[in-house]
Amino acid sequence: MPIKSYLAHAHGGQKEKLINALSELHDCEVTPSENQDILVLVTDTPDDISDDILKKKIEDIDSLKILTLVSGFNNPSN
Amino acid sequence: MYNSLSNRRSFIKRMAKLSAVTAAAAMFPGIIFADEQEAAIPNGANINWKKGPCRFCGVGCGILVGVENGKAVAVKGDPNSSVNKGLLCVKGYHQTMCIQSKDRLTHALVKKNGKYVQTSLNEALDIVANKMKETIALHGKDSVAMYTSGQSTIPEGYVASKLMKGAIGTNNLDCNARLCMASAVAGFLTTFGADEPMGCYEDIEYADYFITWGNNMAEMHPVLFSRMLEQKSKRGAKIIDFATRTSRSSTASDKSILFEPQTDLAVANAICYEVIKNGWVNNSFVEKHCNFSKGLINMGYGIEDKYKFKDKPEKINFEAYKEFLKDYSPEKVSKYSKVSVKDIKYLASIYGDPNKKVVSYWCMGMNQHTRGTWMNNLVYNIHLLTGKISQPGNGPFSLTGQPSACGTAREVGTFTHKLPKGVVMNEKHRRLAAKIWKVPYERIPAKPTYHATEMFRAVDRGDIKFIWTQVTNPLVSLPKTSRYRPGMKKDSCFVVVSDVFPTPTSDVADVILPASWHIEKSGLYGNSERRTQHWNKMVEGPGETTPDAWMTIEVAKRMGFSDLFPYSKENHVEEIYEEYTQFHEGAKHGMAPLEVLKRESGVIWPYVDGKSTQWRFNAKYDPACSNGESFHFYGKPDGKAVIWQRPYEPAAESPDKEYPFWLNTGRVIEHWHTGSMTRRIPVLHKAMPNAYVEFHPEDAKSLGIRNGENIKISSRRGACVLPASINERGLPTKGQVFVPFFDENMLINDVTLDAFCPISKEPDYKKCAVKVEKV
Repeated sequence: MPIKSYLAHAHGGQKEKLINALSELHDCEVTPSENQDILVLVTDTPDDISDDILKKKIEDIDSLKILTLVSGFNNPSN
Repeated sequence: MYNSLSNRRSFIKRMAKLSAVTAAAAMFPGIIFADEQEAAIPNGANINWKKGPCRFCGVGCGILVGVENGKAVAVKGDPNSSVNKGLLCVKGYHQTMCIQSKDRLTHALVKKNGKYVQTSLNEALDIVANKMKETIALHGKDSVAMYTSGQSTIPEGYVASKLMKGAIGTNNLDCNARLCMASAVAGFLTTFGADEPMGCYEDIEYADYFITWGNNMAEMHPVLFSRMLEQKSKRGAKIIDFATRTSRSSTASDKSILFEPQTDLAVANAICYEVIKNGWVNNSFVEKHCNFSKGLINMGYGIEDKYKFKDKPEKINFEAYKEFLKDYSPEKVSKYSKVSVKDIKYLASIYGDPNKKVVSYWCMGMNQHTRGTWMNNLVYNIHLLTGKISQPGNGPFSLTGQPSACGTAREVGTFTHKLPKGVVMNEKHRRLAAKIWKVPYERIPAKPTYHATEMFRAVDRGDIKFIWTQVTNPLVSLPKTSRYRPGMKKDSCFVVVSDVFPTPTSDVADVILPASWHIEKSGLYGNSERRTQHWNKMVEGPGETTPDAWMTIEVAKRMGFSDLFPYSKENHVEEIYEEYTQFHEGAKHGMAPLEVLKRESGVIWPYVDGKSTQWRFNAKYDPACSNGESFHFYGKPDGKAVIWQRPYEPAAESPDKEYPFWLNTGRVIEHWHTGSMTRRIPVLHKAMPNAYVEFHPEDAKSLGIRNGENIKISSRRGACVLPASINERGLPTKGQVFVPFFDENMLINDVTLDAFCPISKEPDYKKCAVKVEKV
């Protein structure tokens, strides 16, 4: 059950768009910066396959400029 | 079971998020995550929010601490505080996490037969009082000392001063603000005759240019820096970073200008040269409001024990000053400062443009300097020559590093030469203190004794035989700890340490007193912009933890001074503040009444007729101005500020063949000072677990040093081994290495030099000579 945190950089002026796009995805929790085009993104998925699929969906978002992994945890399901 | 698994996942998610927030804080200058502040709040919690100031740094952000069932469960920025307007930095919103640290000092510990034994607080305080009395009886009152802090609350500093100077009758009281703020104080007093900045943070909303002098605000004052960045993007305000190292602040600025260590003195003079040469002087301001003076030169560096220096100011005229500046043309200064002629002229043109508002900010780079007082004087010169001072958006602004360096160390006066109002050398000031303290005037000695460095030299020499440190960790923060650690270990001195956590300083104590942390007691701080901030106790501390002020009062009573310390345990903070404010009555320094401080998120002094004075010395804003002119520098008898003739002089120690690198030390955003609190906050500790030594890539290449390799940094005083850091957090100039000092396992202050500014007695942590070797 991977839990990962990222810094997601929005293209100039597209922070709101990126927040909306990420918020629509399941298993994503978004914390936007108050004053810069950067969001903290935490993903919480049931397994590695779901994690890979989610990451691809995130990377396909147009308003996303760069996605940087900060930390990753793999929490056992039981 | 389900609950526990769910809680564990929530915990891991929270840790993942905090890691990312902390990483962002380190990577992106001034970044703020306001929503994060609410994220720690448990679902369905019944939170009671209590206001106070942040525990870390001198900015003085307002915080709201969420308390549930007697525990601090969350921290968020106080939206009513005009300092931070609801925002907090990464240290700010994690601050309460350290309270629950497993190694918290909860009971007094007394060393018996070489081992610490848990002892009741009453017994420990008996031991401290008896030892202090016994030492005075055997060796005289100047054999005992207290060393306090810019993190002490106003009441804590006040009772320490009253005990030492008013009750015992010794000036053996100094504080760690000597290590960070003394040059700023000496600068203010020599130029204006009155301490602390004339402006306030609201200047940020009006300035066109921010010039930062050796000041990494993005990491050290992140909330203020975020306010500057906001003005940069909103109004096009410009930030110019003038420093010896490329930092997070440099990369976020509009322009970064690097200079050779110590040559800031020459560049400041070169700016004045250009201002005058180009006719940018505000002549009517200078004629009406300024005098010119010079002082002694070749003062030395205080490296030897018992060093003494007293400046001899001498009045000069504008013509003599202009003549002096001829040695500081941009062309001449450029040769040794390594700042281009173009950049010197650019800086001068910013200050010289009458249509641009300029704020200069500085902190440790200018203060921790063997010519720190001069450096402060020189930046004031620029603002005085151009008349850009004491107006919204125009002014020099010395920032502080500790939450009450201003409120306690400077205003209460916990320096050897200070009293709550004025200085011990002044009979009028001694008489006022004696009257308020109800002690014989003759008891307060007229001569200062030991400033911080000399105090620990006196411990090492065996002259001081009892020392009590409160709220500070000198065996990590002093320069040249390679001398002072063995000194403190000597049997000749009985050491008492009050603290919240064990530190390398408490490791050498004979008695350790368990102090209350910030929110476990009521208190008052004073921040960089003259803002006094009050808070009420928010949670109970563990075990027998007790506020430092109350422990001082208890010791005073045990020493026979009960009549001078008639305060009650429940209300001592209020009672002490009421007594203390008598010192500052009047339009020049009036303090806000307690009921106002309890209501507001801090109030700026002078507080006159129910109003804060945001810009001092300007008749439009400051009711204390009384000369009938637009400006009145009333700290000086003739109402005029002083433009000082101060030359460039080299550092106390410069790189040579044997020790070919400059060593510069400083801080990082994740940790506060010696790390005794922030290293106990897991997310901050994980983000920055240890210190490191930064190299310029070309130096690293020529020495064959790779990132992460262990490097021994040695000076004539000591050595320290740290991993190399190349092109990571910061980038020192070629020929310089930088090491942060927060890590008690990598004591870089074993390496630093205890040279200091002869006027302010503040040590220079930014310049000494070292060699580097792979190990």
